[in-house]
Amino acid sequence: MDTTAQTDHDPALTGEGADQAQALVYPRINCQDVNVFYSGKQAVFDVSLPVFDRSVTALIGPSGCGKSTFLRCLNRMNDTIDGAKVTGDIFMDGENINSPDVDPVLLRSRVGMVFQKPNPFPKSIYDNIAYGPRIHGLVDDRQELDAIVEKSLRRAGLWQEVKDRLTQPGTSLSGGQQQRLCIARAIAVRPEVILMDEPCSSLDPIATARIEELIDELRKRYCIVIVTHSMQQAARVSQRTAFFHLGHLVEMGDTDQIFTSPRERRTEDYITGRFG
Amino acid sequence: MSSPVESPLRSEKALKHLRRRRAADTRFRVYGLVALGFALFSLVFLICAIAWKASSAVTYHVVKTDIVLEAGRIVPDGNASPEEITRNIEGFYTLVRDDLFAKFANLEDTPAVRKDFSALIDRLAVLPLARRVAKNPTLIDQTVSIQIPVSDDVDLFLKRSSPRSIPFRLGEGAQISPGQGTDEMVLRHPALESVLSSLTALGSQQGAPSVLVIADSAVARLTDLQDQTAGFEILAGDLADFQGKPLKGLIVAVPESNRTISDLQIAWALALKSEGIIRRVPHTSLLTSTDSTYPELAGSLAAIVGSLLTMLVTGMVAIPMGIFAAIFLEEFAPKNRLTQLIEVNINNLAAVPSIVFGLLGATLLLGTFGLPRSAPMVGGLVLALLILPVVIIAARAALRAVPPSIRSGALAVGASRMQAVFHHVLPLAFPGMLTGAILGMARALGETAPLLLIGMVAFVAEVPSSTTDEATALPVLIYSWASNAERAWEPMTAAVIVILLALLVTMNVIVVMLRRKFERRW
Repeated sequence: MDTTAQTDHDPALTGEGADQAQALVYPRINCQDVNVFYSGKQAVFDVSLPVFDRSVTALIGPSGCGKSTFLRCLNRMNDTIDGAKVTGDIFMDGENINSPDVDPVLLRSRVGMVFQKPNPFPKSIYDNIAYGPRIHGLVDDRQELDAIVEKSLRRAGLWQEVKDRLTQPGTSLSGGQQQRLCIARAIAVRPEVILMDEPCSSLDPIATARIEELIDELRKRYCIVIVTHSMQQAARVSQRTAFFHLGHLVEMGDTDQIFTSPRERRTEDYITGRFG
Repeated sequence: MSSPVESPLRSEKALKHLRRRRAADTRFRVYGLVALGFALFSLVFLICAIAWKASSAVTYHVVKTDIVLEAGRIVPDGNASPEEITRNIEGFYTLVRDDLFAKFANLEDTPAVRKDFSALIDRLAVLPLARRVAKNPTLIDQTVSIQIPVSDDVDLFLKRSSPRSIPFRLGEGAQISPGQGTDEMVLRHPALESVLSSLTALGSQQGAPSVLVIADSAVARLTDLQDQTAGFEILAGDLADFQGKPLKGLIVAVPESNRTISDLQIAWALALKSEGIIRRVPHTSLLTSTDSTYPELAGSLAAIVGSLLTMLVTGMVAIPMGIFAAIFLEEFAPKNRLTQLIEVNINNLAAVPSIVFGLLGATLLLGTFGLPRSAPMVGGLVLALLILPVVIIAARAALRAVPPSIRSGALAVGASRMQAVFHHVLPLAFPGMLTGAILGMARALGETAPLLLIGMVAFVAEVPSSTTDEATALPVLIYSWASNAERAWEPMTAAVIVILLALLVTMNVIVVMLRRKFERRW
């Protein structure tokens, strides 16, 4: 699959920019009426949300509002949870990823994910990155694999720190480095979309700043969806923000607009710290 | 209250509560220590008791001598075929016995005495010699050195364990002179008084204890003990052997009529021992021979091999089956009524008494499928069923201990569920699974009851060479030896218990080493 061809749309030709004033991009993912149930209990209600390419979309909201659950719909990670049921349509490049024809394994190689707690495999740094390309058969020989590992680590801003100790276990790195390793691992399989589930919540401010820089850098190539608890973070890294509350999508718009002139009362209360 | 700050935590009531809490802490710690101490003491006591019992089986007494294998005795009809040689055990036996008998020059050669003498060595003890000759007939008419175990009664006596004998020392200065009657002699010695007093201290049981005096390889019996004199009856050797020699002695408290070994046999054994013909050597035959009805000839090799073959079958069936069942149940099976039912039943199976599995094996494997009785194959299958729940439960616990983030991480880079399990979860769970599997195997190694039911209690004189041969297992051997009557089985049983424990410890050490090797941080 040729990623460049798909991501190189000219936004002017798509005509989607009409109501998205600042969007230089077109919606990569389009969600329509997504509902999620956990063992019969509904966690996400009728969420319809476009996600735009080459930008960062932040999902904010108080704990338990369904933002992580919604995020996991985008690469069908909810399939792996017993008793979870997802309804509604999620179109990615015009294809409904919830349709039974879509192989979730293949989908997940197109939609990478980074988790709340860094979870490197208990293998060497090299093998952590190389695992994805290997199982997908993306490489033919060692040189190619070495190149992918280096490129992924460079893009994740980790290459300078680890280039001399690629054989050491990934778990020997610091928390922030581990999280960047996980990001490198995700981009090694050349995904089109990267989902991040509170990637900085277990990191200190310095490591957080590095990850945020990295997200800003990655935005140039990927479509990123990030769940965050920190409104400052959302304001810093995202172009678009969606506010969730009690499983409902309350408001969605450009980050500037959400943080300066929210349309909804609940959004305003939340971002000004009156609840949540 | 002198405290400047009035705090409810400083009130008398709160302080009392705090003291009670501290006392409860201390009490709890003491209980723990007591429990630990008791467990340790019991363990040490158990091991010491078994080791102490087994220690006397570490060596045993053998007749070690050079002997001419006269053709006339061992191949009387000139047919030197191996079958004929091994069949003629009687010939070998009488040859060896007569050779030893000849060492006692002035022994009356009557059938009764010869029969008495025969009790020193059991007939079957010459079988290895006969086999050796059968394999190599050129040994006929040659002088060969032989090593034949003495009978268990003699061995036990020489080890001072049964019947018990109390040594004493007379020293020099004994005068032996003819007494009133013909052939009667009298021994005079000032120290006899002390012997007499220790005899009285023993108290007389249903008969008189025997008092033996020994001078090198000559043995005599004292009768009618007085303060200074005693009747003197030579059992082995010559009068000249006693003259002017320092005398030692033995008191055998159990009267002759109540024991399996007579004074005369004791005398022969002592004489042969002091001449170096009977020697105490390491009891290697315990590990290299198979079972026998004679304790001195019995060994545990067949049972060890039987146990190992059984374990092989058990391991090959239970470990892969258990681990794959656990992987399927834990990682792939949907959580519904059916899997819940299976789970409950697996847990229940772990608590089913082992003998029930034996019954199942007897009816299903022997009855329905017609597998051979007493075979390690059947034993292994039954034990595999027995430990399967244990292996599954341990393996599932090990899988559950792997953090879910590893699975999510693998799935998120596009690994299939199977790849996530086999590439990431399994390596992490492997040490735990291994521990469960080997602990299950250790349990199987010690199981007796199911094996009794499928006939592995059989007397097996041949080392099994395949899993369908007749075999027995170590715990079953312990069971059958422990139920034998002769005293000599007691240390032998303890020795086999030590062998079994050693196997178990070896298995556990292997687990620890494998764990160390495979354990990884996550």
